[in-house]
Amino acid sequence: MSFWTRHQIFEKNSIILIVGILAVIAIGGLVEITPLFYLKSTIEVVDGMRPYTPLELTGRNIYVREGCYLCHSQMIRPLRDEVERYGHFSLAAESMYDHPFQWGSKRTGPDLARVGAKYSDDWHVTHLTNPRAIVPQSVMPGYPFLAETEIDADNIADHLRTNRAVGVPYTDDQIANAVADLKAQADPDNPGVDAFSKRYPKAVARNFDGKPGAPTELDALIAYLQMLGTLVDFKLYNEKANLR
Amino acid sequence: MTEHSDFDQISGRTTTGHEWDGIKELNTPLPRWWVITFYLCIVWAFGYWIVYPAWPLVSGYTSGVLHYSSRADLAVELANLEKIRGDKMVALGAASLADIEKDPALLALARARGKTVFGDNCAPCHGSGAAGAKGFPNLNDDDWLWGGTLEQIMQTIQFGARSGHAKSHEGQMLAFGKDGTLKKEEIVTVANYVRSLSGLPTRPGYDAAAGAKIFADNCTVCHGDAGKGNQEVGAPNLTDKIWLYGSDEATIIETVTNGRAGVMPAWVGRLDPSTIKAMAVYVHSLGGGK
Repeated sequence: MSFWTRHQIFEKNSIILIVGILAVIAIGGLVEITPLFYLKSTIEVVDGMRPYTPLELTGRNIYVREGCYLCHSQMIRPLRDEVERYGHFSLAAESMYDHPFQWGSKRTGPDLARVGAKYSDDWHVTHLTNPRAIVPQSVMPGYPFLAETEIDADNIADHLRTNRAVGVPYTDDQIANAVADLKAQADPDNPGVDAFSKRYPKAVARNFDGKPGAPTELDALIAYLQMLGTLVDFKLYNEKANLR
Repeated sequence: MTEHSDFDQISGRTTTGHEWDGIKELNTPLPRWWVITFYLCIVWAFGYWIVYPAWPLVSGYTSGVLHYSSRADLAVELANLEKIRGDKMVALGAASLADIEKDPALLALARARGKTVFGDNCAPCHGSGAAGAKGFPNLNDDDWLWGGTLEQIMQTIQFGARSGHAKSHEGQMLAFGKDGTLKKEEIVTVANYVRSLSGLPTRPGYDAAAGAKIFADNCTVCHGDAGKGNQEVGAPNLTDKIWLYGSDEATIIETVTNGRAGVMPAWVGRLDPSTIKAMAVYVHSLGGGK
């Protein structure tokens, strides 16, 4: 059997072929997946990360439901033009509580990894309702129904519990008070704001959609957008130590 | 497995030796070029392992002879960028706003830099031509909420308005209707009075004297006796024809009833100081700078 026909050994013996495939996949898996769990350079610990508040998590679920990730990425790559435009490149730790992550792979719209606090709530309300009202050249669809849809808060505790099952450190206290926290964050006059702030330090409670009444899906989505990329304080982030 | 020594007379090729009811399977091996490419790729992988980061080890990984790192590359690129921008950008960072106005080269640089950054950061609200939109001020005119001098513009860009920053501009239009300060009829009357200030027609039968009184009792604290506004508290001039939210009666009634508190985010921390300076110069140069 010449060198050029040697592959026939695999092609003509299905058992050998299967063993060969398993060997290749096993090596690939060991080399590409296992190190992520133990290599120091792949686990970047940064200060400031906290799990999403119930309102933000609801907003995140709306983000996923509406398919925002199809046009917006949340991943600033370490490239000059991206850092110039969007700010510091994204760190793996910044999506540590994302299940699933929203890195995306296509930018019809801009990257949103650091959109938090960049624009006012009013802007988000107008823009999500009718993008062309303020950005005439925009091709983004409007989402006017978000402002009219009250949040279905019944299952928010379950969402927290599910996230805890996959590793997000929600406490029993946070899960028990999920509905109260959700309502408190969307209403700064709510008596539960203090308790909410204790459970989620540094999270902001305000009336995101600017309208009185029960929290709407617009409240949730804006709460989520306004915290994106704002948790890590890059003044404290050691650029040199994390060069890799 | 039989040896495939069988030879097919018609096609002139060997067969695999498999036969079904007299029909034999021709042996059609992968093209030679394909097989060569396949083996070459395997050889290529070995070279790649040597040159680039590849194999994980117990506490690190093989970094390859190039020690490639996208983050290190970025640091180099950003350093190069600073070099390309050169001393002028450093000079811009060090110069005072007044000095920039006097130096044509610095001024051109500041405007160019400001324009680029404006497109990335400010255009979504203020429009790509800075003409603004409802609730988002036009920056081309000479009507300023918080002042139109270079220093005032820079102050606003740095710390924003109602942004939550400690040095932010504060002050807001109160919700006279929602808070119960004014009754519905009173709001309609004062809305018409406000329209009359800039020469807009008023509703028939409207009581001008009553409007003036309501205005004097409630509005002059911020908007001034003549309605000319007060940039200390961001109260707009009501006597010009420039309107942030709209000049029709319904919009003014809405404004007086529910109040307004548009937010300008603080950019200090997000943009570096020399960029903010460039932005202030650019916005100032748009046409309305004082």
